[in-house]
Amino acid sequence: MSTPWRDEVARVAALARIDLVPDELDRLAGELEVIVEAVAKVSQVATPDVPATSHPVPLSNVFREDVPVAPLDRDEVLAAAPEAAEGKFVVPQILGEDA
Amino acid sequence: MSALVDYDDAVRRYDPVLGIEVHVELGTRTKMFDGAEQSFGAEPNTQVTPVSLGLPGALPAVNGTAVEYAVRIGLAMNCQIATSCRFARKNYFYPDVPKNFQTSQYDEPIASGGWVDVELEDGTVFRVLIERAHMEEDAGKNTHVGGEGGRIHGADYSLVDYNRAGVPLVEIVTKPIEGAGDRAPEVARAYVQTLRDMFRALGVSEARMERGNVRADVNVSLRPSPDAPLGTRTETKNVNSFRAVERAVRHEISRQAAVLDAGEVVVQETRHWHEDRAVTSPGRIKSDAEDYRYFPEPDLVPIVPDPAWVEQIRASLPELPAARRRRLATEWGYADAEMRDVVNAGAVELIEATVAAGVTPAAARKWWMGELARTAKDRDTELDALPITPAQIGQLQHLVDDGTLTDKLARQVLEGVLSGEGDPEQVVAARGLAVVSDDGPLLEAIDAALAAQPDIAAKIRSGNLGPVGAIIGAVMKATRGQADAARVRELVVERVTNT
Repeated sequence: MSTPWRDEVARVAALARIDLVPDELDRLAGELEVIVEAVAKVSQVATPDVPATSHPVPLSNVFREDVPVAPLDRDEVLAAAPEAAEGKFVVPQILGEDA
Repeated sequence: MSALVDYDDAVRRYDPVLGIEVHVELGTRTKMFDGAEQSFGAEPNTQVTPVSLGLPGALPAVNGTAVEYAVRIGLAMNCQIATSCRFARKNYFYPDVPKNFQTSQYDEPIASGGWVDVELEDGTVFRVLIERAHMEEDAGKNTHVGGEGGRIHGADYSLVDYNRAGVPLVEIVTKPIEGAGDRAPEVARAYVQTLRDMFRALGVSEARMERGNVRADVNVSLRPSPDAPLGTRTETKNVNSFRAVERAVRHEISRQAAVLDAGEVVVQETRHWHEDRAVTSPGRIKSDAEDYRYFPEPDLVPIVPDPAWVEQIRASLPELPAARRRRLATEWGYADAEMRDVVNAGAVELIEATVAAGVTPAAARKWWMGELARTAKDRDTELDALPITPAQIGQLQHLVDDGTLTDKLARQVLEGVLSGEGDPEQVVAARGLAVVSDDGPLLEAIDAALAAQPDIAAKIRSGNLGPVGAIIGAVMKATRGQADAARVRELVVERVTNT
């Protein structure tokens, strides 16, 4: 059954390259709707005198010095790849896109 | 779809509007969000860390130097620096983005509003308005293997190197560039060139086009007249040389004019530039695939630039290229047209260094814009690629000034230096090219010349100095050009009056 929430879940799943079966779509659509409704309640208590929060931690300007650290070992890195060649990761052919 | 309208015809009937996005890789030592070193040409995947690879649990940390560089760029473009800004995640799936999102800035860029004055080759100044500049990270590098000519369609598989993943980028987005008319391609080229020069002057990037340090995406649309609403645009991606920027804009104008003439509509799409054939071809059509689902990056806290720090950076900005060119033209006493030629030839730094080596500005210009410009043209190369340094020009000019060399000999020495025979003094010694300043050998040659041409000698003796040139010529020949002609003339006159 097509509902706005089910369609939204299907769309996002497609964008995320996740293949969902119809049962999963139904279940997740229901769960997402409940979550969104719960979050929407926040807007009921938010008044203009409450500033928008962009980050839960009251910090800003956390910077790192521009100093190199040791890189990972390449053999170790490539050992985690399904396939490697010429020191690089091998990935399936890419269609309809450009570098 | 290969129909094109003649360019001049296209711009007579349509008004082009441009939008240019320039990405510049910042020359920091490390990446944007982690301490992996970034340097060009390293072995593949040797400059990666858990953050570069998007490994689970890896946490980003902002490179403070990259933020400073971004502020520098923003200030140099007369932008407002945000009082507070943040990063966002741009979600998409592509193998060169291992986290499945690019950390970028979306609704809160570090710099916004501003302008860049672009000087065209004839000296016209065109102001390009800047929409925003934001910080983000570069993606890894894909190499497509197999398929037709390495192109993606039909490629069998791809290889990914993540050394570039996470390299700091600043993306600069213009407002619609209107009013350029038939000079739109030239404006586009000059704009990208101006930014490149600016990045170098600011010391924020080596800004080498051939290494992809600076990359441009060019949006073009046409409308029937400047009063009409904006037409549908196309975006030509990754146009990576000044020449290609100019040609890609020109091509899109001709192509879109043909589409509109046929009563069709321009498709809003990404296009690719093919340098070999000087055409663009369609890439993917903008669609659902570009739903990036941006949201604020929860792993990074906001950036709140301290106004005092921003002012300190503003005060420390170096002189920008345009101002520097104006100052140097005044200091050197060059006319506008002369300076423009020098700039267009890429000779500003060379002349500056030559002047620093003790050569007068006029002589420095004569060398670089004369003999050396001709050599560069003959060799089909750039001035700064010639195998000669400003210091060597300084040495050469010194040899002319102290009388060791005549202008003519100096040109031979120059040729020797350009052929890899060493410094000017070495060439003079090796080729035995110094001016013969001792009168003895000159007098010998003069006597021989007078004896060989008795009728001319007689005329000169009778007070007719007209044919003296023939004697001078013979002496120059005998001394292989190493005599000072003025001195020879004096000696000839002395000789005939005293005998």
